[in-house]
Amino acid sequence: MNSSIAASRATREPAAVAAAVRGVRIFLLEAHTEFLRLVRAPSFSVPTIAFPLLFYVMFGVLLGPAHPLPESARSALASFLVLGTIAAGLFALGVTLATDRGRGLLELKRALPMPRGTYLAAKMAMAMVFAAVMSLLLMVFAAVAAGVVLTLMRWSLMLMLAVLGVIPFCAIGLLVGSVCKDTAAPAVLNLIYLPMSFLSGLWVPLPLLPRPLAQLAPLWPSWHLAQIAQSGIAVHVLVLAGMAAGCFMAARRALARPR
Amino acid sequence: MPSTDEIPAASLTGVLKRFGEQVALDHLTLGIRAGEVTALLGPNGAGKSTTISLLLGLIPPEAGEVRVLGERAGERAVRRRTGVMLQRAALPDTLRVGELLRLVRGYYPSPRPLVEVAELAGIAAQLRTPYGALSGGQQRRVQFALAICGNPQLLFLDEPTTGLDVEARESLWAVVRELTARGCAILLTTHHLEEAEALAQRVAVIVRGRVVSEGTVDEIRSTGVRRRIRCVSELGLEEVRTWPGVTGVTRDARWLDIESSAAEPVVLRLLAADPALSELEVRRTGLAEAFVRLTREAA
Repeated sequence: MNSSIAASRATREPAAVAAAVRGVRIFLLEAHTEFLRLVRAPSFSVPTIAFPLLFYVMFGVLLGPAHPLPESARSALASFLVLGTIAAGLFALGVTLATDRGRGLLELKRALPMPRGTYLAAKMAMAMVFAAVMSLLLMVFAAVAAGVVLTLMRWSLMLMLAVLGVIPFCAIGLLVGSVCKDTAAPAVLNLIYLPMSFLSGLWVPLPLLPRPLAQLAPLWPSWHLAQIAQSGIAVHVLVLAGMAAGCFMAARRALARPR
Repeated sequence: MPSTDEIPAASLTGVLKRFGEQVALDHLTLGIRAGEVTALLGPNGAGKSTTISLLLGLIPPEAGEVRVLGERAGERAVRRRTGVMLQRAALPDTLRVGELLRLVRGYYPSPRPLVEVAELAGIAAQLRTPYGALSGGQQRRVQFALAICGNPQLLFLDEPTTGLDVEARESLWAVVRELTARGCAILLTTHHLEEAEALAQRVAVIVRGRVVSEGTVDEIRSTGVRRRIRCVSELGLEEVRTWPGVTGVTRDARWLDIESSAAEPVVLRLLAADPALSELEVRRTGLAEAFVRLTREAA
């Protein structure tokens, strides 16, 4: 009897393993295709990779003090890292999802035997990859050109911040992509991206903004991510997790509604 | 093998679907059989695309049942045995044809070899071309390649030959025939009646969400008017109209056009009444005429 149980388990397990392997293979294929698509779209790769570097050079290095204190050089790096992370999350999901919905590709994908969830998982994974590439380039530049010195632990934490910090902005991008038309989505995302990052003190320090505007900062997820980047406080992680969950659920409802 | 033929590959039974106030499908019942092409014909807005969306499980029915390959529509097990070419699905412009094929083949458990699919669809020379750089007809061929790459048992083709030239259309038809010979069930919607005539074993005409006529191409074709007689003659319209067997007469300059249920007695009488008659031609009315009549009657 034991042997028959073992035999049935032996036949069941390879089937489950094979299914899991197939699922992973489809995910990798989907993610790779999404990567090619994003890397070939300048409207995505320029704001995500080039802008944070460019802004860091302009505002953090050229316009900064001639002999910056280590503190302020570090703080500029954190700000522009957060800026690039926001762009990666918002645009990787928002624009492509709105395009796929508008042009009928999402409908075709739902009819194809792609496991449910692979589509969004691949998009999120690629947002993480682009956030990682952006932050690595930014950190190399900061260390080499701006002379920022950090412990290995701090560098790794910054990389992790970009990779995980992209998630709440993926959620916002997902929500915009599931309610906006494909032609409107890039404009709506920019209208969120630019004012939100400005109001969170990523461009100019918050104390320089008018007081009422500066006081609104805790409303913006980008402010919370910047706080984590600067000082790493757990409450901001919770706020971001809550905001991400809210956006994910709202997007789920919007996508489930028949058009 | 009666059992497999009796069970349809896909079916809708008494399906009701509304969009707001508008009834898209009005208790529609339809079956698609293995090894056959079923053509779904109907005027714009008749419910053809809604029928396909239901069979793909993209939208749920309000009432009635949709069964596909023995399971509920939209189940992944069903999707893995289904191929689909939608009317409106723009693929990403920056992806190359080969990349798209590799991706979609990857979804299926036992896909056809990539090179074979590319050959069948006539896109072997375009594998490295970005999708956005292809002509409309070539893009349609890529969509067809994606539909057949998974070795489907059930294939949905929504207006597949729109924008294709004659040669590309003929080669697509050849692949469709090969697939049905292998036992694949195909649902085809088309505006080109000669396409339905060339490919379909069965035709269902739907108007306002209901099947108004269903049968083989011959059965549909032979409903009502059967013969059209055309000749150059001086005979008066009023006179010919009273003859038995004549259902309609029109004149086009020197030409006389007669619709008739039986040609032979009318032709005999024509020749007797007008010895100067010339250019006589008799032809069976096609699917096109039957379609026009059926949709007009139902509307």
